[in-house]
Amino acid sequence: MLSAETGTTTPGTIVSLRGVHKSFGDVEVLRGLDLDVRMGEVIALLGRSGSGKSTALRCINGLEKIQRGTITVCGHEVARMGRDLRPLRKDVGIVFQSYNLFPHLTVEQNVTISPKLVKGVDAKTASLLAADTLARVGLLDKRDAYPEQLSGGQQQRVAIARALAMEPKVMLFDEVTSALDPELTGEVLRAMERLARDGMTMIVVTHEVAFARKVADRVVFMYRGQIRETGPASLLDTPQTDELKQFLEHDL
Amino acid sequence: MPEFGPNQFVFLLHGAVWTIALSVLSLVIGAVFAFVVALCRISGSRTVRAISAIYVQAIQGTPLMVLMLISYFGLNILGVDVPALVGATIAMTLYVSAFLGEVWRGSLLSIPRTQWEASECLGHSRAARMRHIILPQAVKISIPPTVTFMVQIVKNTSLASIIGFVELTQAGKLVNNSTFQPFVCFLCVAALYFAVCYPISLWGRHLEKQYNVVR
Amino acid sequence: MAYEFDFSFLADHWPRLLQGLWLTLAMSGLSTVLGFLIGVTGAIASRYGSPAARRVAYVYVEVVRNTPLLVQVFLLYFGLSSIGLRLPVFATAVIALSINIGAYSTEIIRAGIESIAPGQIEAAECLGMSQSQIILRIVLQPALERVFPALTSQYVLLMLATSVTSQISAEELTGIGNLIQSETFRSFEVYGIVALCYIALSLVVRAGLFGFGLLAFPRRRRLGTDL
Ligand SMILES: Nc1ncnc2c1ncn2[C@@H]1O[C@H](COP(=O)(O)OP(=O)(O)O)[C@@H](O)[C@H]1O
Ligand SMILES: [Mg+2]
Repeated sequence: MLSAETGTTTPGTIVSLRGVHKSFGDVEVLRGLDLDVRMGEVIALLGRSGSGKSTALRCINGLEKIQRGTITVCGHEVARMGRDLRPLRKDVGIVFQSYNLFPHLTVEQNVTISPKLVKGVDAKTASLLAADTLARVGLLDKRDAYPEQLSGGQQQRVAIARALAMEPKVMLFDEVTSALDPELTGEVLRAMERLARDGMTMIVVTHEVAFARKVADRVVFMYRGQIRETGPASLLDTPQTDELKQFLEHDL
Repeated sequence: MPEFGPNQFVFLLHGAVWTIALSVLSLVIGAVFAFVVALCRISGSRTVRAISAIYVQAIQGTPLMVLMLISYFGLNILGVDVPALVGATIAMTLYVSAFLGEVWRGSLLSIPRTQWEASECLGHSRAARMRHIILPQAVKISIPPTVTFMVQIVKNTSLASIIGFVELTQAGKLVNNSTFQPFVCFLCVAALYFAVCYPISLWGRHLEKQYNVVR
Repeated sequence: MAYEFDFSFLADHWPRLLQGLWLTLAMSGLSTVLGFLIGVTGAIASRYGSPAARRVAYVYVEVVRNTPLLVQVFLLYFGLSSIGLRLPVFATAVIALSINIGAYSTEIIRAGIESIAPGQIEAAECLGMSQSQIILRIVLQPALERVFPALTSQYVLLMLATSVTSQISAEELTGIGNLIQSETFRSFEVYGIVALCYIALSLVVRAGLFGFGLLAFPRRRRLGTDL
């Protein structure tokens, strides 16, 4: 499924970052980031606040322009796509800390609007699609509610369903539970866990170490715009670098 | 037939002076009544609240032009032959009292409930509470929208022309009647209004921004 | 010298008043629709347009908002006829009123657009929507819902403001009032009745717009809250 121009990556790689540099003005936020994600892999991206995790995700789906390096996602070379990023956006779903549901639309309309507008899916198919994705996050019974009628956890699950309805090949999650009370965090994490089990490729920025341990195939620890350490989830019990050690002890 | 020239422009300027005079008069007298209306609208007595609500509803539901006609002709039936300035001022006062009164009511109500209650607990009388706690804060809040409303006042004084008061618009009509150069004439009139109103608009917007920053 | 009120003119003249009332409604309805369309266009231009388009929108809004409607009406009416363009009074009135209310609508809708959180737009971009889809479906719809109460007030004021077109002899409610007044000399009573008609109309228009809001915004209909 990868095009010829991504020949440098190993087969099965769906997201690939090579020497990515990103600055805001004088501040260099990503300083030569390298990362390969295989199809079906679940990556937990950890790191202190300010280490560049959000920026990395935003670069992957083209919300930020990079200064150097290459990013290849599902065969799209992001830096070369120009202004029209829509082909990329069809393949990559992203969920933010703030749910950003469309307040004037019902839950179902939130989920169906982009398949309808972007992919031209007809109303009936879109509705079935909504039923399917909402069932996957356990919110089928809320399809006619408006966002303001839902709890934060429910809204975040709708946001996940909304992204899933575009049938993306990769899902990016940026601290999706950080704004939630502990009791609501669980329901969102369970929905994500289920998604991982279904084989979705996921890059998850999170502070939930227990979740990372349980769900992630690989843990990536970022430090000052670079990857400091990476390995299987067991890394969390046997950190090699002082920075990760310190992070696990103090910064959570 | 006279051409539109310096004399005509000076005549328009005279009209503009009367526009400003009527505006100031309306603002000052109207403000007194607006304050009363605002207080009545939040009064403790249900009757007072209801009556003032009906008053506001009625004035806000009547075009200012009709208010002008009513006050002008109304005075005439009373047998008093009043100058147009008086009729216009009365209509403008009614108008300002209802609209500015509602603006100020909003300012009063935007003072947090806790402020009212806190001062009640201190044993202040209703009047003292109003004067020392609520008003100083409400006045600050009400300044930006009041300035913005001044633009409405200036523009709306143009309606005094229909009862023959020679302010800027009426002056424009008179000049147009003698020169038949409506474009030049009414463009000058519009430009003069703009010259008065635009700075006030900018001022109001500036105050609004300032207020939002402070908050 | 007691003044005796005399409302007997009503017996003969009520059909004319009714006609004037209809004309007022027609005039304000048409201008509201046109002004709303201008407002949507102007707001989008002033938010997303080229620098030139933004300037034009700014100048339009400021010029209209800082000059009296009556002067705008005169400028259009006498101005057009002085260059030999004679439109019917009704058309002239509707054009002037639409230009006027269009500027206020532009300003209100623009404020609504600006109140939409950037995160909403980002979310829509991430879902692959195009710029125009985002503007229409993600920005404009909730923006309109949010400013609908402000638009309602403005449109009620416009309905009242149609009375100034009596000055170019439009035979709407005030114009009819002027005619009846000049025939019966019952000025106070005539304008009193006219005022009552306007008060009733303003309640009707407000209620009508409220109902329209319920139709147009399903969320509002269901939850009854402002966005
Ligand atoms: N749009 C921006 N403009 C300027 N600086 C930014 C912007 N976005 C992020 N930054 C800076 O980049 C750094 C990394 O931010 P971020 O990627 O959000 O880190 P993390 O998600 O790991 O907490 C921070 O120092 C932040 O202040
Ligand atoms: Mg972050």
